[in-house]
Amino acid sequence: MNAAAPLAATGLRKTYGEREVVCGVDFALRPGECFGLLGPNGAGKTTTLRLCLGLTDPDAGSITVLGEPVPRQAREARMRIGVVPQFDNLDPDFTIRENLLIFGRYFDISNAVLRARIPELLDFAGLASRADARIQTLSGGMKRRLTLARALINDPELVFLDEPTTGLDPQARHVIWERLRNLLKQGKTLLLTTHFMEEAERLCSRIAIMDHGKIIAEGEPRALIAQHIEPHVVEVYGEAAPDWADRFGRAHAERCEATGETIFCYTHDPAPLIADLDARGDLRYLHRRASLEDVFLKLTGRELRD
Amino acid sequence: MSARNHWALPQFSLRFAQVWRRNRLVWRKLAIPSMLGNLADPLLYMFGLGYGLGRMLEDVNGMSYIAFLAAGIVCSSTMMSASFEAMYSAFSRMQMQKTWEALLNAPLTLDDVVLGELVWAASKSFLSGSAVLIVAAVLGLVPSPLALAVVPLIFLTGLAFAGLGLIMTALSPSYDFFMYYFTLCVTPMMLLCGVFFPLDQLPAAAQVAAQLLPLTHAVSLARPLVNGTVPPSWLLHIAVLAVYAIVSFYVALALTRRRLLQ
Ligand SMILES: Nc1ncnc2c1ncn2[C@@H]1O[C@H](COP(=O)(O)OP(=O)(O)OP(=O)(O)O)[C@@H](O)[C@H]1O
Ligand SMILES: [Mg+2]
Repeated sequence: MNAAAPLAATGLRKTYGEREVVCGVDFALRPGECFGLLGPNGAGKTTTLRLCLGLTDPDAGSITVLGEPVPRQAREARMRIGVVPQFDNLDPDFTIRENLLIFGRYFDISNAVLRARIPELLDFAGLASRADARIQTLSGGMKRRLTLARALINDPELVFLDEPTTGLDPQARHVIWERLRNLLKQGKTLLLTTHFMEEAERLCSRIAIMDHGKIIAEGEPRALIAQHIEPHVVEVYGEAAPDWADRFGRAHAERCEATGETIFCYTHDPAPLIADLDARGDLRYLHRRASLEDVFLKLTGRELRD
Repeated sequence: MSARNHWALPQFSLRFAQVWRRNRLVWRKLAIPSMLGNLADPLLYMFGLGYGLGRMLEDVNGMSYIAFLAAGIVCSSTMMSASFEAMYSAFSRMQMQKTWEALLNAPLTLDDVVLGELVWAASKSFLSGSAVLIVAAVLGLVPSPLALAVVPLIFLTGLAFAGLGLIMTALSPSYDFFMYYFTLCVTPMMLLCGVFFPLDQLPAAAQVAAQLLPLTHAVSLARPLVNGTVPPSWLLHIAVLAVYAIVSFYVALALTRRRLLQ
């Protein structure tokens, strides 16, 4: 285990009732990186984060966060961690400013320090003009930004972000990404879970894909794509697409997958596919580079989870 | 490593005070209406029954009925206020607003949170009970300075009922659940524990049962003190209330750990 790792987990296991939801998870963060934890609904991402915060005890395994053994010294670890939970838990009894103030007090931060830090955080979150607004009056994006600002009140070295952009519009999402890049520039380490592959590709230096409680792939996004998937994807749409795949696609692509009337052809050489599709002219298609989403779907399957 | 032992002894830290402070800050925003609301109910009982019923009665245990009633109402309003705060309000913070979840992401433990809620509910009930005592004093129903000893008693009574309320909160699936506690525990205590009439008016079996209930012991202390005498077996009554407070807090904590720290 790397002693300098901001977070190292080995052999983590957690069982709820009869079901093991975390089954032997190992991972370690490097200082200053953004590490992505991806996985379908119910994969065990939030449970893993809860274990790392010491909010529940593992049935097996060990966790070290910022040099503190967790759960034994979880309180000391949490002093130096920021948390953006999956579901907002801002305090509806307070204004935006009060939310930051009260949360800062939970960390025993002095009023003098808080008075200096809160305006900075309000700026960071783009909420300076709404500082005295009540929580109920905020949009989803504003709440998420405030939750992120609140997570930074203790100037943490490590920030846990559980789906920070789920449910946000593209504008709000881009603002959050920009802020997260900002945090990386300041040298903070981020642990991010997300369902947006694009988000992971943009922000994360390394990702782990989790399914059924296990990490099934880990590495840099580009490397994972190169390792697991053909570089070109041709998506073919329409009623006649499955038929086309059977007669032509499957013979000329390394792999074809179907969901309904859409065919995904994975290949190193898209030229013959495109030539044929152009010649027919009756099937709509899209040719693109392989992405992390293709890796994710290949490894975790296309079936619904919940 | 084995799963957490929910019955492990509590580990206290001073951070519980931050939970108390948060709740006080919310309360302060609505302090005046909240205080008036809390006072209205007990005062209605005290004046309604005290003057209405009191006119028909001779002295009760050597005092006017309204003076007799005042000490009981101090205790019952403390019970009501602590129970409401520890159930409806704490449940809102735990289940609806997820305030406790946010606290647990900060360097607080669930032990801090539950202790903070206990002391907060007791503090709030302390205000209610004391307000009734003050009104009674202003009306001249409190003849002795010995009544000052009622002040810490109100807080202890608040702790006992806050602990019981927090047990209900730890078990509750929804707000409706609290109605059972009110119907099956709070209302019977109002009637059986000597708030409205002396215990010795009850059948013998009910008198024995009443001795098991915390409100009985609060009333048994408060009434003589308000009237200027030292209560017989005062140490026993204090001990019963203290045991209720400590044991109920411990049970509430274990049940809340089981609920939230899975
Ligand atoms: N306290 C609990 N008691 C019982 N089962 C639980 C508990 N918490 C989580 N689970 C189960 O464990 C599994 C993993 O849940 P978890 O929340 O970690 O998944 P996730 O990867 O975060 O999913 P999502 O992407 O939907 O947020 C789920 O099947 C969930 O139902
Ligand atoms: Mg989750």
